[in-house]
Amino acid sequence: MLARRILLRLLQAVPTLIGVAVLVFVLVRVVPGDPVAMMIPPGASPDDVRRLHALYGLDRSIPAQFALWAEQAVTGNFGISITTRQSVTGLILGRLPATLELVALATLIAVVLGVALAVLGTRRAGRAGEVAVDAFAGFALAVPDFLWGLAFIVGFGVLLPLLPISGRADPTQAIAASSGFILIESLARLRFAAAGDVLAHMLMPATALALPLAAMIARVLKASLAEQMGQDYALLARVKGFSPLHVIVAEALRNAAIPTVSLTGVQVTFLVGGTVLIERIFSYPGIGNLAIDAVINRDLPLIQGLIITFAVLFILINLALDLSYAALDPRLRRG
Amino acid sequence: MLRNWRVLLGGGLLLALAIAAVFAPVLAPYDPLDQDLAAQLVPPDWQFFNAAAHALGTDSLGRDVLSRLIWGSRVALTVALVAGALTALAGTALGLAAGFFGGWLDALISRLVDVWSSFPPVLLSIILVALIGTGLWSVVVAIVVIDWTRFCRVVRAETLKQRGMDYVDAAVVAGLAPRAILWREVVPNVLPLVLVLLTLEMGIAVVVEAILSFVGLSISSDAPSWGGMIAEGRTIVHEAPWVLVGAMAVLLATVLGFNLLGDGLKAELDPVLR
Repeated sequence: MLARRILLRLLQAVPTLIGVAVLVFVLVRVVPGDPVAMMIPPGASPDDVRRLHALYGLDRSIPAQFALWAEQAVTGNFGISITTRQSVTGLILGRLPATLELVALATLIAVVLGVALAVLGTRRAGRAGEVAVDAFAGFALAVPDFLWGLAFIVGFGVLLPLLPISGRADPTQAIAASSGFILIESLARLRFAAAGDVLAHMLMPATALALPLAAMIARVLKASLAEQMGQDYALLARVKGFSPLHVIVAEALRNAAIPTVSLTGVQVTFLVGGTVLIERIFSYPGIGNLAIDAVINRDLPLIQGLIITFAVLFILINLALDLSYAALDPRLRRG
Repeated sequence: MLRNWRVLLGGGLLLALAIAAVFAPVLAPYDPLDQDLAAQLVPPDWQFFNAAAHALGTDSLGRDVLSRLIWGSRVALTVALVAGALTALAGTALGLAAGFFGGWLDALISRLVDVWSSFPPVLLSIILVALIGTGLWSVVVAIVVIDWTRFCRVVRAETLKQRGMDYVDAAVVAGLAPRAILWREVVPNVLPLVLVLLTLEMGIAVVVEAILSFVGLSISSDAPSWGGMIAEGRTIVHEAPWVLVGAMAVLLATVLGFNLLGDGLKAELDPVLR
């Protein structure tokens, strides 16, 4: 049943992906500017330029180029990057694990922090604690993640040099990871020194990404919790002698979760978008940083491959969101 | 309205920004492009009566940080005003059309808003600028193309609400033409909301410009812009943290200024909240 549901949703995503691919392909090609201009050495003859165009298929019509590209893309081949001359698929797959780990850690931090703040604010409703939670959420939302990242660099990288401000792992420390998922692999192999080093590198970028989402979760969840705490079942639990904290965490939280989950889903896609900038700020070797380089160099095959990658990520996040609704609300399980 | 501390503080910060932008040639102690290779990475030296001292230090080319920050406010303010106004105009027009005329037009615009706002804005702006080319005007276009939905969504909802009000029915009964109802009855009631959104949008526009300058997709890196200074300051953060800190501080003050003013205006313009 669940497998069928997942399969159905994945099939529904196919037209979306084709749409994105066509749109990007056409847009990238109708804008002025020669994509291979950077590769042309000074003094190249017009013949050389033509040969270069032919090499990348740029001498054909746009539909013909798309047909060629799509034919290769379905086999997982997204062409050759113009600037690095490496396979686009290889470049993206090499960087993707770093971004996925960063997104996962950021989401974890956001959810833990956001739920903790919401529970704290509900527990201390009408008192200084709630005011502090509201003020923090307001400030965290007003300041963009871009500035949070930079503030962390100055605060915990320079003034109080506690954490590294660039990269993903210390190059001097040999990290013998065989997969790209360095953090997960080091944890699984119980290499805690290596895991600690990777975590230290990820902590600031992940927190910068997480803060706006944490603030949003805190706000929405606190509002839903306040509503739930006024329900009869919550009052009954209080009358039965359970502590307020127990009622919030064990009774109200689950019922209050659905609006927050639906919000978190949209916001996690924004968080994935935010990695582009945060990875740049922290020189973190993920696909976001790669995307900016690709854009600056007008590396068309790479830009296309990256946009498709981001689109696939967004589709998967939305799928995960749909499934978590069903887990939270039994009424949605049939369907 | 001036008794609201948010309006006062936010307005004050933005007034300082506007003064810096308008009087940049008078206020800046140095030419923002002047390189002084004998005075590279000079730390901040605050002397009250000596403007020639580098109050906020110099960057790696010996350019005066304070002067560059002051001149950079012109870029920020230009983008805030132009991109903010154009975004408000486009989004409000579409929102009014969707909310007032309804039908297929509403369905079309609403669907477009839904699809549009499901993409992460930062990623979208970088891709857009990559497509249309770098430069300040590309940044403005990108902001308008991405952010019109913020206005459209809110204005549409408010227009729907206003259209259902008794005074609109009264105007219909009195024989007013639909276009007259739109302009005389609905628009004036939607306008305060647009003003609040515009204030917030200008703050967003300043950040987006700084982000695109930081990435290297806005104005050229020589020209003084806060985002460009942040990019340079980031690379020399260990040698000269004052470049990054200075640019961050003015950007943060500007963002908070627009946010405070927007929140304050919302509270002041909404009779229910007041």
